[in-house]
Amino acid sequence: MIPVAFDYKRAGSAEEAIALLTEYGDEAKLLAGGHSLLPLMKLRLATPSVLIDVGRLSDLSYIRDGGDHIAIGALTRHRDVETSDLLAAQQPLLAHSASTVGDNQVRHRGTIGGSVAHADPASDLPATLLALGASFVAKGPGGERTIASADFYKGFLESDLAADELLTEIRVPKSPGAGWGYQKFNRRAQDWAIVGVSVIRNGSTGVALVNMGSTPVRAAAVEAALAQGASARDAAELAADGTEPPSDLNASPDYRRHLAKVLVRRALEAAGV
Amino acid sequence: MKVTVEVNGTTYNHDVEPRLLLVHYIRENCGLTGTNVGCDTSSCGACTIHLNGESVKSCTVLAVQADGQKVGTIEGLANGEQLHPMQQAFHENHALQCGYCTPGMIMASVSLLEEIPNPTEAQVREGLEGNLCRCTGYHNIVKAVLAAADGKVGVQ
Repeated sequence: MIPVAFDYKRAGSAEEAIALLTEYGDEAKLLAGGHSLLPLMKLRLATPSVLIDVGRLSDLSYIRDGGDHIAIGALTRHRDVETSDLLAAQQPLLAHSASTVGDNQVRHRGTIGGSVAHADPASDLPATLLALGASFVAKGPGGERTIASADFYKGFLESDLAADELLTEIRVPKSPGAGWGYQKFNRRAQDWAIVGVSVIRNGSTGVALVNMGSTPVRAAAVEAALAQGASARDAAELAADGTEPPSDLNASPDYRRHLAKVLVRRALEAAGV
Repeated sequence: MKVTVEVNGTTYNHDVEPRLLLVHYIRENCGLTGTNVGCDTSSCGACTIHLNGESVKSCTVLAVQADGQKVGTIEGLANGEQLHPMQQAFHENHALQCGYCTPGMIMASVSLLEEIPNPTEAQVREGLEGNLCRCTGYHNIVKAVLAAADGKVGVQ
């Protein structure tokens, strides 16, 4: 399968990428690791006329201690998130979630920023970042802004990023010693989650769901029940409240609602709730 | 667009369309047909090669992304007539049936042992989750990778 022809521009800096985005607007797509975009282009579901390759902006590949948070460059690959000693100590939920993305080959190419910006509700990292209350730094022609993960996901494959903005950094809170759980249910190795659940327990408990709507969503009813002292088992019964799970070849909405309850309970128990 | 790619130590210069996939570049421009196209959707792993030493699926990389980079393919593993230890291990453990997945399996396995030199059986199975064998010959493939990790090749 061959993509529709396009012009290829390689950005030498974040500023150059933003200038190219400003020049080409909606016609352009950013290319990082390419493991979400290129399959869509090969299927001709995406047909950008210009690809702006940011894959070589190595200054956007890092995992740093930012004081009260961990700062992760948008071009940091899943493999590097998975094996980071800093994340293992400070935010193992994120490192573990990254280890469940695709397979080794995919994790050698795919990037955390690409996954966030692609905003696929079936992806592992967006839900985990939502559960963690991460924030995202975007740069555009007018400067830089920070977007809370709760405000970032706007619809199916739609984010709050403007057409001329580049996601540059992901900030996750530190939670050393916190309880956590990540449950991913799929039928075949390397598949997307039919349903996934990310739980962080650090004082209060954050719960977010993979593939239970058009965006990653918080299981708000579960969080509220836990805050009022409900048991993990009772709170998990509320996992599907307020969700609109999709229907596809893998599962019906009812099946997904059932899965969400089971997986939320397991994730809560893994987190020590 | 002009690209320069080092494949198995040899430098190639070509003028390519930006939409050319790396796997087609390797097969058609460089003439190295050991790398197979399987599913063409980054699921099966038949097209696995090394990009700067790490396993990647070359059906999901553009040739222009490999410009200036180092590519390794199955043809580059052996040293003349001397098989690479992973190739030898696959040979000795009957780790191939039809052979279609084999180049990708071997490239993925070499990369896996670079990252985890002494894997458990579970780590091998998980590490090769991105490579499918339609003959379902996984048992001997896992045996071969473990044998290569243990240095148990070439001993009859």
